[in-house]
Amino acid sequence: MTHQKTSINRRSFLKSSALAGGGLMISFSALAKFDLDDKVSGLDLPDQWYELTGYIKITPDNVIKILNPNPEFGQNVMTSLPMIVTEELDADWKKVEVEMGPHDSVKLGPQFTGGSNSVRMYWKPLREAGAAARNMLMQAAAQTWNVPVEEITTKAGMLYHEKSGKSGTYGSFASKASEIPIPKGVKLKDVRNFNVVRRSQKNVEGLKIITGKPLFGLDYKVEGMLIAMIEHPPAFGLKLKSFDASEALKMPGIKDVFSQKLYEDGFEQGGFDTRTFNDLLVVVGNTTWEVMKARKKLKVQWESAGETKNIIGAQKREVIIPGELESTSTQLAKMKEYASKPAQQLRKDGDPETAFKNAAKVIERTYTAPFLAHNCMEPMNFFAHVTDEKALVAGNLQAPGWSEPTLAKLLNLPADKIEIQMTRMGGGFGNRAYGHYIYEAALISKKIKAPVKLVYSREDDMTYGIYRPMYTATYRAALDANKNLIAFHVKGGGIPEHPIHANRFPAGAVDNYLAEGWQIPSNITIGAFRAPRSNFNAAAEQSFLDEVAEAMGKDPIDLRLELLKRAKENPVGKPNDYDADRYAGVLKLVKEKSGWNNAENKKYSRGVAAYFCHNSYAAHVVDLVMRDGQPYVERVTSAVDCGIVINPDAAINMIEGAVVDGIGNALYGGLTHKDGVAEQNNFHRYRMIRMHEAPKKIDVHFVQNDLDPTGLGEPPFPPVFGAVANALYKKTGNRFYEQPYILQLNKTSRA
Amino acid sequence: MITLNVNNKNYNVDVDPETPLLWVLRDTLGLAGTKYGCGIAQCGACTVHVNGQAARSCVTRVSSLAGKKVVTIEGLSEKGEHPLQKAWIELDVPQCGYCQGGQIMSAAVLIRENKNPTEKDIDNAMAGNICRCGTYLRIRKAIQLAAEIQRKGVK
Repeated sequence: MTHQKTSINRRSFLKSSALAGGGLMISFSALAKFDLDDKVSGLDLPDQWYELTGYIKITPDNVIKILNPNPEFGQNVMTSLPMIVTEELDADWKKVEVEMGPHDSVKLGPQFTGGSNSVRMYWKPLREAGAAARNMLMQAAAQTWNVPVEEITTKAGMLYHEKSGKSGTYGSFASKASEIPIPKGVKLKDVRNFNVVRRSQKNVEGLKIITGKPLFGLDYKVEGMLIAMIEHPPAFGLKLKSFDASEALKMPGIKDVFSQKLYEDGFEQGGFDTRTFNDLLVVVGNTTWEVMKARKKLKVQWESAGETKNIIGAQKREVIIPGELESTSTQLAKMKEYASKPAQQLRKDGDPETAFKNAAKVIERTYTAPFLAHNCMEPMNFFAHVTDEKALVAGNLQAPGWSEPTLAKLLNLPADKIEIQMTRMGGGFGNRAYGHYIYEAALISKKIKAPVKLVYSREDDMTYGIYRPMYTATYRAALDANKNLIAFHVKGGGIPEHPIHANRFPAGAVDNYLAEGWQIPSNITIGAFRAPRSNFNAAAEQSFLDEVAEAMGKDPIDLRLELLKRAKENPVGKPNDYDADRYAGVLKLVKEKSGWNNAENKKYSRGVAAYFCHNSYAAHVVDLVMRDGQPYVERVTSAVDCGIVINPDAAINMIEGAVVDGIGNALYGGLTHKDGVAEQNNFHRYRMIRMHEAPKKIDVHFVQNDLDPTGLGEPPFPPVFGAVANALYKKTGNRFYEQPYILQLNKTSRA
Repeated sequence: MITLNVNNKNYNVDVDPETPLLWVLRDTLGLAGTKYGCGIAQCGACTVHVNGQAARSCVTRVSSLAGKKVVTIEGLSEKGEHPLQKAWIELDVPQCGYCQGGQIMSAAVLIRENKNPTEKDIDNAMAGNICRCGTYLRIRKAIQLAAEIQRKGVK
């Protein structure tokens, strides 16, 4: 993987070359900040700066191809990234062809989809590449027509010289342009003059999706391909002891049953090489159904896995994984016990201890949230064809650059003998940044010496692990006799990581502030889940602020705005990760657009929440009603500041989706365990939000500004949780401290 | 040997009669537009039409299909011009896209039977189809738009 140390300054360069058969290829390379601000703690993450590359190809017959480097999992980068190039190139968007890039760690950089990074990372390099290519085409035309380059204009993929009336396509000048030196410091377009970016463009794969074309990993197929499935232990903390495959092997279409180790003892895992189960029991056959059926004939003995050890990263950090069979009830009890113990101090401003001691009133509330399964609609699967000389793997993954070094080590092949092809992903939400299923597929192919597709059943997928962690946090607020907020304390913990972002709001806005964290090790594996940690914090903190505002006798939006004013004018401590003005901006916008104080909206129970993550700001007002004792969010007003919006309609789609996802997980989401066994293993037990539970209306408003774009896939998700909790309070008079809220609601309505 | 009629084409398939139609479509016939999501008729990603009715192909045994007509997303229209497909493009519904074929197949039965479905009709008819990306609002709108296209007789 190409990566550079943070000490290197931002730089970029472009390279042009002639295409075989004529035409121009501009490849670019730029160092860009790789900002994973919501990283899961304890993982060794790559350095912060990356070399990003990509290309534009223009052929003499005027075909313009733009490579999309980043994997597509529904965030629409296959459309939005090429739009940015097209804008500066001044090409005709309708005629641009988008190519999905193969994985190439040398030529294409990190190719990472996650952390709401794609647009933020590629914004500048893609603009510069497009602008340089346009400039070279203009110079080629000026030379050919023998006119000054300043007199050349472009529009929608055409070059014009108005005085002489000459014109030509980009393609007709592409070969000549390839001989022109790369210009330096080409002026980029004024963002106010954009005509591709900031206008809604349709998904470039829309027609293929709705006609059922084979786009996804599970659709990948080659001649002679076999199907493999893995029987993993029924509980976290168990491992394979022995098996009898005699019956399974007699089943039609079954080729082989064998056990396979994922990592040998002492294997140095990358930060995202999570393994939940190491001894794999593999069934290989001709078709998926035959393998599914044969699995039922396996006779397997499982035994305690005991305490195990993971070795993480080049620093060889040792992580001890406990062996016990965990249950949700004991986990909750353990969290309570840890919450009362001293914890790691993450930030302290002023003298919170004294302030709490002297407070006229202290409000203390504890919030908990369960593990969540990602439940991508397409279960984990991957294709692999490994031979002694090389490996081809193909499918859906978020971080090919992180999987490649592990594949090389596991297969004992040099990285340049490993080809990774990226398909469209049937959802990701963080899950597909963890490469275990790719390695499993590759090891199986190597063993059986055949092309194979590894398929997880829904049950395999849901019970494998890599969940959103189980979290808790206790918030305390101290008020003086005049009901002023004088101290704020958050102590958060989780299994197996804590959720605290110590330098976020309301840090910076309260004189006396303390943030602490603690964690409990577990054999239930966890991973990034859409806005990691933020998705819990925004539920807890934003519910708590609502309650604090009430105790202070203030409107919840007004309280936040007052605190943000303080953070802007006279910030307490540092660093403060957020921009107080932009944070206040989304609150003001949502207040206005939702008609926060309008009497006509009183028929709804309204809840508000806002949050900052991935450099963006989001606020929601949810309008809730009860029908037949069940809560329904009928309407949502959303305000988002993510800087320049690349593709407005697609951005609105993503925000609508984040709102629906947030309502679903807040009300219904949760995975519980009994003696290590996941109690939800498919959608009949794991409740997913369905159409009749989705709002009737979601009004999305963007803060209009010309700032460089920031993250969007994740930021609108976390504050939905808090807004739903606050609306439920308005409806029921009860505060909601435990997710999923529907359980607490049912408990209280029965009582 | 079982004879299947899929998208107006006859196929002779030599599979275990218990095999769910889903896996015959995907693994045997190479029609990958019908998706695997749960295997227990809970998510709707595998929805096809059997004799014009929406069916979950993941729990439909292939042996039950003799003499019946199966239509998959690939066979819903020739070039993606069914009113629903047009509406889906118009409103740019998909995010990841994985569930959308199943959503469209469920909706196709609804708008054939109900020329002017209300939001409630749509919610009821579509409750069996999960969209993990949360595109439900657009699906609702697209179904109403498709019904309108259908009423206007635009093919």
